[in-house]
Amino acid sequence: MNYWDQYLLPNSIDEALGMLHEGKGSAKVIAGGTDLLLDILQSRHPAVDALIDITRIPEMQVVERAYDRIYVGGGTTHNDIVANPLLQQNAHCLVEASSLIGGNQVRNVATIGGNVAHALPAGDGSIALLALDAEAEIASRTSRRWIALEDLFLGPRKPAFEPSKEILVRFRFPVLKAGESTMFQRVMRPQGVAIAILNMATWTRKSVEGIIEDIRIAIGPAGPKPLRARKTEQSLRGKAVNEGTLSEAVEALLEETRLRTSPHRATRAYRKHLLSVLLGRQFGNIGPQRGR
Amino acid sequence: METLKFNVNQRPIEIHPVPGEMLSAVLRDRLKLTGTKIGCDELECGSCTVLLDGEAVLSCVYPARKAEGKQVVTIEGLASNGTLHPLQDAFIQHGAVQCGFCIPGQIMTAAALLGVQPTADGDTIRAMLKDTLCRCAGYPTLVRAIQAAGESIQSGAPVKGPALRSASSKSNIGRVVARPDALEKVNGEALFTDDYVFPGMLHARVLRANTPHAVLVGLDVSKAMELPGVIEVLIADDIPGQNSHGIVIHDWPVLVGIGEKIRYIGDALALVAAESRVIATQALELIKVEFDRLPVITDPVLARENDAIAIHENGNLLKHITVRKGDVTKGFAEADVVLEGVFTTPMTEQAFMEPECSIAKPTPEGRMEIYVGSQIPYADRDQIARTLGLKIEQVRVIGTLVGGGFGGKEDIAGQIHAALLAQRTNRPVKLLFDRNESLVVHPKRHPTQIRVRLGAKSDGLLVAAETELYGDTGAYASLGEKVMTRATTHSSGPYIVPHVSVDCYAMYTNNPPAGAFRGFGVTQSAFAIESLLDMLAENLGIDPIEIRMKNALRVGAETNTGQLLTESVGLIECIQKVKSQIQEKVGHDDLFAARRVDGLPNLRRAWGIAAAYKNTGLGGGAPDKSIAEVELYADGSVEVRTSAAEIGQGLNAVLQIIASEALSVPMENVRVLLSDTDLTPDGGPTTASRQTYMAGNAVMYAAKIVQQAMATSLAEKYDVPPKEIKFVEGLAHVNGHAIAYGDVVGLLRAEGRQAKATYEYLAPETQPLGTGGDMHFAYSFAAQAAEVEVDIETGQVYVLNIIAATDVGRVINPLGLLGQVEGGVMMGIGNALTEEFILEEGLLFSDRLARYRMPSFLDTPAITSIIVEHPTHDGPFGAKGVGEISSIPTTPAITNAIYYACGIRIRHLPVDQDWLALEILKKLETE
Repeated sequence: MNYWDQYLLPNSIDEALGMLHEGKGSAKVIAGGTDLLLDILQSRHPAVDALIDITRIPEMQVVERAYDRIYVGGGTTHNDIVANPLLQQNAHCLVEASSLIGGNQVRNVATIGGNVAHALPAGDGSIALLALDAEAEIASRTSRRWIALEDLFLGPRKPAFEPSKEILVRFRFPVLKAGESTMFQRVMRPQGVAIAILNMATWTRKSVEGIIEDIRIAIGPAGPKPLRARKTEQSLRGKAVNEGTLSEAVEALLEETRLRTSPHRATRAYRKHLLSVLLGRQFGNIGPQRGR
Repeated sequence: METLKFNVNQRPIEIHPVPGEMLSAVLRDRLKLTGTKIGCDELECGSCTVLLDGEAVLSCVYPARKAEGKQVVTIEGLASNGTLHPLQDAFIQHGAVQCGFCIPGQIMTAAALLGVQPTADGDTIRAMLKDTLCRCAGYPTLVRAIQAAGESIQSGAPVKGPALRSASSKSNIGRVVARPDALEKVNGEALFTDDYVFPGMLHARVLRANTPHAVLVGLDVSKAMELPGVIEVLIADDIPGQNSHGIVIHDWPVLVGIGEKIRYIGDALALVAAESRVIATQALELIKVEFDRLPVITDPVLARENDAIAIHENGNLLKHITVRKGDVTKGFAEADVVLEGVFTTPMTEQAFMEPECSIAKPTPEGRMEIYVGSQIPYADRDQIARTLGLKIEQVRVIGTLVGGGFGGKEDIAGQIHAALLAQRTNRPVKLLFDRNESLVVHPKRHPTQIRVRLGAKSDGLLVAAETELYGDTGAYASLGEKVMTRATTHSSGPYIVPHVSVDCYAMYTNNPPAGAFRGFGVTQSAFAIESLLDMLAENLGIDPIEIRMKNALRVGAETNTGQLLTESVGLIECIQKVKSQIQEKVGHDDLFAARRVDGLPNLRRAWGIAAAYKNTGLGGGAPDKSIAEVELYADGSVEVRTSAAEIGQGLNAVLQIIASEALSVPMENVRVLLSDTDLTPDGGPTTASRQTYMAGNAVMYAAKIVQQAMATSLAEKYDVPPKEIKFVEGLAHVNGHAIAYGDVVGLLRAEGRQAKATYEYLAPETQPLGTGGDMHFAYSFAAQAAEVEVDIETGQVYVLNIIAATDVGRVINPLGLLGQVEGGVMMGIGNALTEEFILEEGLLFSDRLARYRMPSFLDTPAITSIIVEHPTHDGPFGAKGVGEISSIPTTPAITNAIYYACGIRIRHLPVDQDWLALEILKKLETE
């Protein structure tokens, strides 16, 4: 009844993929382990033969800019994201989301790759990356491919890649240009479970006149997977932000989100109400909120 | 075989971790570095924090192999060359150490921060330590200590001590001193029960019912017995003595036998002792259980209905408690206004950072020794002996350090189970609860439903109060009757009410038992009465402070239970001091007006106020007794001995201060030995805010007897009247001679006398409820104001400021007192905003720490503590209790402030931001 039998520390993606292959489905990739290990310890996930720790693979720790894109290794910890000047400049929403995950000790080991691969509908990192129009690079023994983040989730805890054969290596997203900004907000419940009641990330490009030229909005939990609110984006594109456009946007948002009541966490009515509050705040001048 | 090579505290280590082994296990079990504590094993509490290449990580869920090649620093490795790290020094000086269990985690997390940012400000510290929980909750002091350490690192100068000043330069009473156990709690040497290991020790696990109401019809342990490594499996039939326990009523089975009833999920069915914890855990899964389920009762009101299924033989009513004073019908007839409200409070959880652990160790002489961190060692001894079929003298309870109690370590947890297994196997047995088991087993705070009706004259003078309470005491009595009695007697608040009628029903249900939890019932009724009082004030157009001043208990007033208060009632001064503090902060006279925040239109801020009183000691006619021994040694040192529990509150420092003052010896000469039933006399339960008063008095009188003996002896030798002998700082001055105390010991012994005294202190007599006499021998009083910030869009509530004025009689130990006030306030904040032990039909939703939110550094407001001293005649140097009173007014002060901020009255705890946001929305839409 060991939680795992072998704990492996590969030094390269290929080595890790080889180990996965040898594990024949009973090996599991692990990064910070703050989700997976608790799932195993608390019997939500069966014990495994081998854990393949990818945090010593140099390629997965890199945060860099190449041409007009930022690359973030899946093994980057949340605290490394928070402290990274390149990300502070180009991905404020991701930095903000990472800073709100867990406590400091957890952020020192938990990784962005793990957060996304866990495929929760309101994963803070997933929501932020979705707004950044990120893609994820998935490596298998035979190939590597990029998947748009929006296509990476099939449902709760179901990523669109084969965790028993493939590894999420890194993310990439465009650098931030003039007129563009990002934002992340989250509302938590002070009692019970430490999962967001609602979180929202936006990326916006505004003209000098304040017209929204382009926008991306990501929300969770608003369905089985992290949601890109495309209808809402469309309703705002080309418009100036005012009460009228905002209320139209809220209408669109309510239409394309599937909100529900989660016992001991939030009612549907409250989530509905929060949608409009958070969307308003994406464009208002509400200062930094207190967190718990 | 996997190998792990890494450095721990600069020592190279090479080991072969077993599959599944975590870093914390390597540190604690293999390297014996037990300073790293396990509070939850689920990445929630932070107690297990160590440095890994300079960064703070949680070692409890950190695979050991992952540390390959890394530099690990634990609390034991922080001091260098015998010099404490500035953090350790600052924690000692500032009184940041209380129970001490979380302290290694606090220090290591702070060390990681100061390592890169010694000038970190308060906000940075609070954010960094967010998930490093402290249930003694001295968060403000922790922040100050970390800042002081940071300044010292930055400047190279010695750590600056606290701003708090001693009451007097002449007396030890009120002196700012470091706790005697502070050093061992900051360097990792402090041993809590799980840190002890004995040769041949077995590990125990308990099979719990996991169903709330049923009859056990089958139990087959044969497969478990066959598992290699399992040494013993015990069931109810194996119990040699009585199969029941309980502090007041023995209604709680030690093990449920076949054909007997399971009354809640935590009922124990079988005990396993094995060579390892892993094997014992595996064995539990091999035990076959069959039961016939019964309907589950979880609501105390439904439990009282005639057709409700009886949980116990005598039905579901544990006790109907009444208070009658004057004639309420007449009272309400005289009232100009009558108001009624119904308020409910949830079950809440003590969530001490150290989960329960007991080790039972048979001795070659046939006795049984129990190592346990308990609040009532002598009651443990009696209950263990009863079940083991031993004489009480054959059982010795050895108190280990207690990692927080708050009332939750008064009942039996694993003491009897460990002892049964040790008795049968004749080997030491450790029974450690994991966090889940801790949450399942120990009694918690009673969920209570309270309906109050208040009548007042138009000027705000109260004339009548009628209250009905339903308390859910869960499956077993524990202290339910006493707790709900306190909720009943204190239900009209600290006010003069001529006509009172209260009925309280303490009901059994199939929920986990409810018992003692800081505040002891008064926490619940204070929320109701203080809320309704504010509603009454608003109705009458009277200021919330004025209505409290007008009705406040004072000397010459009579309580609900007919007790005439003749002294030591500092309530009015508390209210006045709080008022002037709010005035100072607000800057105008409209103290309770909602205020907006520049640039943040979604926020409203407002102040609220509440008051409370709480008895010191058992009261109600129960004989309240504490025995202490004081012994002087030839080296001039003094030992104080009593079985009273140090649970973080600083009792050891209090007794050290009192003994040194009473004997006139330097404080550092005084040792305090607590909680060993062989070595220390019975100090009674550590409950009811009673130990400063009770143990304090016993120690003071014992010390005085020792001093008298010295005086008599010296008087004879030097032929002077005893009163001419002066005792100063460990020297007796006689006729120009200065004789060291140690030398007097020789003198006494030569005369065939001992330099030792035992004193049995009996508190002033009290009267049972209903007789109208003095129900309690002392009361502490408090008023608190809270400033809250309500986000009217999201319903989120934050507490910005708390002003706490507390009448403690007399300050004995200022640092410990500050810890009690800060910690009490933080628990009050939790009670108002975050804490809810969530149950679903008798099953736990809050089955992990991750599902029971308690206040963190981020919930910590600025806390201003004002101490008011109205000495009580019989208290040691005038002192009375503080442990509970500091926590009681906080919740209603917050909920009253919420009302002033946004106009919504909170009637259910904890505040539900979801509900609040929607209520505010409704209110805005109708306006």
